[in-house]
Amino acid sequence: MRARPPTFTKFRDVQAELDRAGAAIFRDAEGVESLVIRYPYSINYIHSYAEDSPFFLGLAEGRLRGSKCRRPKCRFVFATPRSHCMVCGAPTEWVDLPTVGRLHSWTTCHFGSEAFLKETPYNLALIEFDGVGSLLLTRLKDAVESDLYVGMPVQAVFDPAPKYSITDVWFVPRR
Amino acid sequence: MTPVTKARKVFMVTGGVTKFAKAHPSMDFRLMVKRAYDYALKGIPNLTAERIDGTRISYFSDHFSRQLKAASMVQDYLGMNPKGSVRIEWGGATGGECFQAAYEAVASGRMDVCLGAGYETMSRVATWKGNEFIALASDTNFDFPLGGFYTGYYALMVVRHIYEYLRRGKFAGVKDEREAQRLAIAEGSRIMSLVSVKNHRNALHNPYAQYPKRLTVEDVLRSEMISYPLTREQICTMSDGAAVVILCDEARAKEFTDKPVRVIGVGTGTDTMRLADRPFGKVPLMPNERASDYDELDYPGVHSFRAGRAAGLEAYKMAGITNPNTQLDFIELHDAYASSEIQTYEDLGLCRYGEGYEFVERGDPFLKGIDYGFPVPQAGAIPVNPSGGLIACGHPVGATGLMQGVFAFWQLQGTISRHFGDATLQIPKARRGAIHSHAGTGSAVTVSILERGFR
Repeated sequence: MRARPPTFTKFRDVQAELDRAGAAIFRDAEGVESLVIRYPYSINYIHSYAEDSPFFLGLAEGRLRGSKCRRPKCRFVFATPRSHCMVCGAPTEWVDLPTVGRLHSWTTCHFGSEAFLKETPYNLALIEFDGVGSLLLTRLKDAVESDLYVGMPVQAVFDPAPKYSITDVWFVPRR
Repeated sequence: MTPVTKARKVFMVTGGVTKFAKAHPSMDFRLMVKRAYDYALKGIPNLTAERIDGTRISYFSDHFSRQLKAASMVQDYLGMNPKGSVRIEWGGATGGECFQAAYEAVASGRMDVCLGAGYETMSRVATWKGNEFIALASDTNFDFPLGGFYTGYYALMVVRHIYEYLRRGKFAGVKDEREAQRLAIAEGSRIMSLVSVKNHRNALHNPYAQYPKRLTVEDVLRSEMISYPLTREQICTMSDGAAVVILCDEARAKEFTDKPVRVIGVGTGTDTMRLADRPFGKVPLMPNERASDYDELDYPGVHSFRAGRAAGLEAYKMAGITNPNTQLDFIELHDAYASSEIQTYEDLGLCRYGEGYEFVERGDPFLKGIDYGFPVPQAGAIPVNPSGGLIACGHPVGATGLMQGVFAFWQLQGTISRHFGDATLQIPKARRGAIHSHAGTGSAVTVSILERGFR
């Protein structure tokens, strides 16, 4: 028979014990005891980019593609593509975006979701392009917090070893 | 005031909240909701479980407890079967939507008495994993893989807000662009810290709050940098907690309590999931604004919450409010970030777009009679987050909007002292207040307006 797991009054100690042995008892200030167990979960999704696929295939070829409304009276250009126009609902066509733009806004993340903690600090930036009606969210590399400002000219860089992810493109200060 | 609506009159008659905490390992979500529910029923002899016609139950993420259809288990635990129920989820605005779903159940005549209950148990995963779950409420093709982090998204929004209104305002005269932006961000950060001090300070008198404390502006600025320029003390945290409200029609309200509170306005709004898609258009105007106020402004861009403006306009119209500053006595506002509290003052028309920072400095959203450690000349003009808001109370997502409903209800009943054991936060003669609930980057917002329903 298994022994009763150890008891802790600090929840932090409970968490450490779960990492070590998978079970612990937490005793709260009123003396109530709760059994706490480690409960792992992981899954590999079969994720289709579906109608967004040409964008991600484009990145792998070193092309930054947006979408443009096909309706002659609209012709709205989206930096982050969508297969139907948000303004009028008509289908869009693929267009090449400029590979140079400006910072519309920016931040430096010193923390992040668990999946990205090891990459901190990293910069996030919203890029604006001439002649394009919406923005693109991206990482900004080769620059630190004190270099960055709204309006800063930037240019796109493509990953020579694409992972078929939005991270296949990033921006750097324009040289 | 005569609301513009064909709906039945709806009243709130009671509510309950558990203390929000980093973790409640001794209570699962069912027991937390039960505790809040029992508190709500206490002292209302005629309001028994049999009198409740059905429920609306809210929680944000199945990921946090890996229990799908968890609302069914709340329904079971409260003994509500086989009455009708539905789970409500709408990101960070989940609690606010639940409040309005309960409102709609009664307003439509489908129910006479509806229980709205919400909770979140965020402590079941590590903090940074929890941040990941929250960030999955951003576009997983285009946004999440870049570093999926909500604080990062709000930082992008406030950097642009500061650029639009401080760089182009107070610092318009500074020639060097980079220097001007640095000065503007430093000034914006200082003013955001005033909001953080306010909310933490107010919460010292709220026993339900997770992080009540006395801070200085320097404490806030020097706390850990999370995503530039947002520091830890300017951001709400993960919480475990539950809250419930009970809404009913007029006849039952009179039967249950001599201090009912009427819901006189509800509004909702939405915006694009991706920040990158927000349009650059015109401002939907409040009654006290003119188009010429905003000739130079591209709206909403990423600097303002169009969903908040839309929700405010709808709720104000229904409640007959043309000037929120004079017609509202307080607001419980979704301050997930000190930045979004300032941005929301403008969305809700408490000041014009661009005046949010001055609004804080004048002291309008502060409580009268509390020492914040700096001058607040116009304190009491329209207190925002007298309870301490999300920043100090915590943000167990599915409960948060309902918690605001409960705190607003107690304010309007004049019973803060009874429930908090401390009268400091009671706004004298509060007649009308608003609650505001907000989902990720402003992709959805609710505003509900409550009014004292007794003499």
